Amino acid sequence: MINAISKAFNLAKKESRPALLTYTVAGDNTKKNSLKILKAISKYADICEVGFPHNTPIADGGQIQTSSFRAIKNGVKTKDVFKIVKDFKLSEFSKPVILMGYFNMVLQYGQNKFLNDCKKNKIDGLIIVDLPWPENKKFANKCKKRSISFVQLISPTTSKNRLNAIIKESHNTIYYISMLSTTGGKLKVSPKKIILNYKKIKRINPKKNCVIGFGITEKTISKLKSADGLVVGSAICKEITSSLNKGQNPVTKVGNMVKKLKNKIL
Amino acid sequence: MKLKKKISVIDQHDKFGFWGGKFGGNFVPETLKKPINDLELLFNKLKKDRKFISERDRFFKNWVGAPTRFIKLNNLTEHVGGAEIWSKVVSDANGGAHKIYNATVHCLLAKKSGKRIICGDTGAGYAGKMLSMAAKKFGLKCKIFMGAKDIKRQQPNVKAIKGNGAEIIPVYSGSQTLVDAVSECMRFWVANCDTTAMCVGSTVGPNIFVKICGWSTSQISRELKIQILDEFGKIPKRLKLYNCVGGGSSSFGFWNEFMDYDKKQVEFIGVEAGGPSKSKKHAAPLTYGSKIGILHGAAQYVNQNSEGQIEETESISAGLDYPGVSPLHCFLKDTKRARYTAASDEDALKAFKIVSKCESIRPSLEPSHAFSVAISEAKKLSKNTIVIVNSCGDAYKDRKILKKKLGLKL
Repeated sequence: MINAISKAFNLAKKESRPALLTYTVAGDNTKKNSLKILKAISKYADICEVGFPHNTPIADGGQIQTSSFRAIKNGVKTKDVFKIVKDFKLSEFSKPVILMGYFNMVLQYGQNKFLNDCKKNKIDGLIIVDLPWPENKKFANKCKKRSISFVQLISPTTSKNRLNAIIKESHNTIYYISMLSTTGGKLKVSPKKIILNYKKIKRINPKKNCVIGFGITEKTISKLKSADGLVVGSAICKEITSSLNKGQNPVTKVGNMVKKLKNKIL
Repeated sequence: MKLKKKISVIDQHDKFGFWGGKFGGNFVPETLKKPINDLELLFNKLKKDRKFISERDRFFKNWVGAPTRFIKLNNLTEHVGGAEIWSKVVSDANGGAHKIYNATVHCLLAKKSGKRIICGDTGAGYAGKMLSMAAKKFGLKCKIFMGAKDIKRQQPNVKAIKGNGAEIIPVYSGSQTLVDAVSECMRFWVANCDTTAMCVGSTVGPNIFVKICGWSTSQISRELKIQILDEFGKIPKRLKLYNCVGGGSSSFGFWNEFMDYDKKQVEFIGVEAGGPSKSKKHAAPLTYGSKIGILHGAAQYVNQNSEGQIEETESISAGLDYPGVSPLHCFLKDTKRARYTAASDEDALKAFKIVSKCESIRPSLEPSHAFSVAISEAKKLSKNTIVIVNSCGDAYKDRKILKKKLGLKL
């Protein structure tokens, strides 16, 4: 499946660097600002992950929870998430977007309607945090039929049998969770160990793009440069929170931060 | 959707963990797949192991205090003037509530798996209190997650948890009640599943936790069946079992042994928390027809908005104050084996007043919901009908609320 996501990885590879993936919550801190933040980020990020907020997340740490609660309080609904991406794609039509969230939001919206709206609004990929393999087989197939990349997650606890099966059934992208943690935890495993695990995944199928996420900040990102892609999420959400607390403009603050992150992996 | 006979309900799920093809399952992050799988292997092996079962029974008998009493409420029967009203006084159990069964089994499993720490959630504080007791008994370190609002309203249990040497982690997110405590506990487990065992405090959560809890609380109906046979010589022709339903652990345990009887003979009535009578908020997803959604790793009827955001609940009883309900109860509802209804805060308080005035038992606010419906239905029932209410918790933990609302001193 050659879609915008694969293209973004290819481009980064040509420049001998990992692709930079950012995660922000749609509607954080307002619908307008989250669009502006996405636009500011897209100058430096290769792929934008956009979260659709849920109020009972079981895998997110404090930073993303705060962003999600802010967005929900501002009245963000699933249809607004699609609208934000649609508006973003008007000016940044070639920038890949991956939506990320929890399965209940998809269920309540209607699985087919959700996927059709993804397609209509040019969404390139999906991460559903609480829909692991093999439970996700049917849904991942539905995605494939619409040329939407379903991103499989792999964690340090994933057994070898599962690992082989998941990689075999994955689309073009795999997401490796760096450590046992919710999002935004402090990196408690050495980057060396993380890269070692990452290489195990790559060895099974070198063609699949594998990104590493969880615990990646300005401090740690350069040590993981050898991966196909690196995801920064909680650190960005934290920056939005702190700029709001200080009365600063989150759009410029986050833009600057992502620029710095990019410079560290060049 | 059909309930099978002669197969335990906890085992009537498909290979993905769904009861009736749609309730339950394992909607969990990838990280939890392995620890859940490990727990499944361990539990499925041990639940058939005679040595393990006799170990469990020994702890239930000598430490929990099995069997708990089964008594006739003569004064209440006379006061109501209809069916015979009896109670299974599960609050006799060590610690004062049914939560001790699940806590004990989880600690036994944690020991077998070599874990040294156990974490758990709590609403009313009973699940936390019992887990801290069991953890102390089995030499495990214990962390209890509890909503900040519940910490304020259930102080006696908070003190007990601390007294047992457990750490209480207050949860400030969302509504600061049970739903947030369960979320935070699961998040903690995601980050620490290599060293820590998790105990989910009710028949909720990913499939295996529903099963372990249901298996543990079934002790209640195992005892009850023997006691009924002792008392009546047979299972009465008209038997009605009333139980409150929050997550649904005590009610499932109270009914399990009677599952295969025709509902015309043994009827199950689950009473959910209707919340304050003037409020639109409630904790009664089965009674008020909430839609199926996913909460804490399982598909179930759950209070949510059209977007899928989980809605806040309101109930005077912290133990029932939960937006979802066990997949087992969703299954029992849709197969029509059990009937569900709700009682308001006011109904529960009124029932507490009547029961504690007539009898020497003092049901906590949770079973007071069940008493409320039992009393009003018993009035209209024939004298040869046997009504049994599970008094699954003691009101000591509610004494602040009872003093404020009723002026009663415990």
